Amino acid sequence: MATTLLTAQVNGTPQALPQDPRRTLLDWLRDDLGLTGTKKGCDHGQCGACTVLVEGRRINSCLSLAALHEGDAIETIEGIGTPDALAPLQRAFVAHDGFQCGYCTPGQICSAKALMAELAEGWPSAASVDVSARPMPTPDELRERMSGNLCRCGAYSNIIAALEEVIAAENPV
Amino acid sequence: MKAFTLDHARSAEEALASLGQGHTAIAGGTNLVDLMKLQVALPDRLVSLRRTGLDAIVPEGDGLRIGALVTNADCAADMRVRQDWPLLSQAILAGASPQLRNRATTGGNLCQRTRCGYFYDTTQACNKREAGTGCAAREGFNRIHAVLGTSDACIATYPGDMAVALLALDAVVLTEGPFGPRQIPLAMFHREPGDDPTRDNVLHPGEMITAVKLPAPTGGRQVYRKVRDRASYAFALVSVAVDLSMEDGRIARCALAFGSLGTVPWRDPKVEAVLTGEAPSPALFAEAADVLLRDARGFGANDFKIPLAARALAATLAQATKG
Repeated sequence: MATTLLTAQVNGTPQALPQDPRRTLLDWLRDDLGLTGTKKGCDHGQCGACTVLVEGRRINSCLSLAALHEGDAIETIEGIGTPDALAPLQRAFVAHDGFQCGYCTPGQICSAKALMAELAEGWPSAASVDVSARPMPTPDELRERMSGNLCRCGAYSNIIAALEEVIAAENPV
Repeated sequence: MKAFTLDHARSAEEALASLGQGHTAIAGGTNLVDLMKLQVALPDRLVSLRRTGLDAIVPEGDGLRIGALVTNADCAADMRVRQDWPLLSQAILAGASPQLRNRATTGGNLCQRTRCGYFYDTTQACNKREAGTGCAAREGFNRIHAVLGTSDACIATYPGDMAVALLALDAVVLTEGPFGPRQIPLAMFHREPGDDPTRDNVLHPGEMITAVKLPAPTGGRQVYRKVRDRASYAFALVSVAVDLSMEDGRIARCALAFGSLGTVPWRDPKVEAVLTGEAPSPALFAEAADVLLRDARGFGANDFKIPLAARALAATLAQATKG
């Protein structure tokens, strides 16, 4: 059987997926493509540092085999903004001190970007009193929706402040 | 990870053919990949179910058919589920994190393994991981372990939330396999450990879940209450799912299921019988808890789950019956 090269789009560029099925999406991004913005924290889906967007949805890249992403559009922190052109979320994290060591920050920002899309689609959360109602971006809702990203420096309150600012700016009353 | 091959099934038929040849199914992989990293799961051949087309939620009769590959996130966000089976949305959203729910699937969630620490540690005795090696949890750190449905061989819980809601909602697991299609009531799907804890459920080799079917909505009051060590992103110590209807101040109908209390998602018709036809009161809720926990047995560190379950049941029933 001929070996066909399967590809995924990473930050808009087609990339050949690894031949070894053991390669996780995280190791492929970091070690093969050199996109080291995505971080390896626990490597077991318990910390969120490895969060990336796949087809616009946030996932733990450490628990996903790269070879399962044929045809997927993958976005990492490198695709969200650059030091010269910060995305609104990145600018807000800086302005609000949404980090200390910064190790969890790429995952936090990828997660926050997807969170905003989920809110726009009206997805409920465990903090929603009525799961059939359209959710509001209350602090309780934002905390629950960011609970998949741990920050061992404990910058949580500043992360929520950064998120509130960006959500308010994008949804003027 | 141990080396393995990976095939991509393009249909349920292709997947079944691979499973029949001994492949292990992978869907979201949120549990399986972790188990493979830890060398707890050592499959030689994987078949991916992601492109099998089993990812739709469609009405069936008065109920709903949820494809096995529907992600937990999509199921919880589906407006039909949110309006008519809110218990299911609540339970899914109480579990894991948004990232995991985006990848985890309906079928995979039902097949997830226990979170017993000894099961995940290959240096420890575990009859579920390797039959006949013993159970380190019985005399070990067993704070998260089961108090109902245990055996000499195993005291591990089924850890999930989604299945607890599905059990209370009388869901049915639809499968395809070497012996043809089966419809397995959720109450019959998971297996108590007995003397063979290696098998968590009744699926045959080569059989796979194609969908979960929800029966017609009950219109009842539905509450999922989860007690855990932190407010989010943690497995349950005890959870309670209730779907009940009130008539003239009395409980006219009641379905109750419990998570992380037993070795399987737990439902006990005797508990529901105590409550049905009665006016809600703290004394009634305590009587129901007594029936539920009559045969409960702790192993030291998890003794607290017995009074905790009684209080969680009372709180859940108080919330569902008020007003």
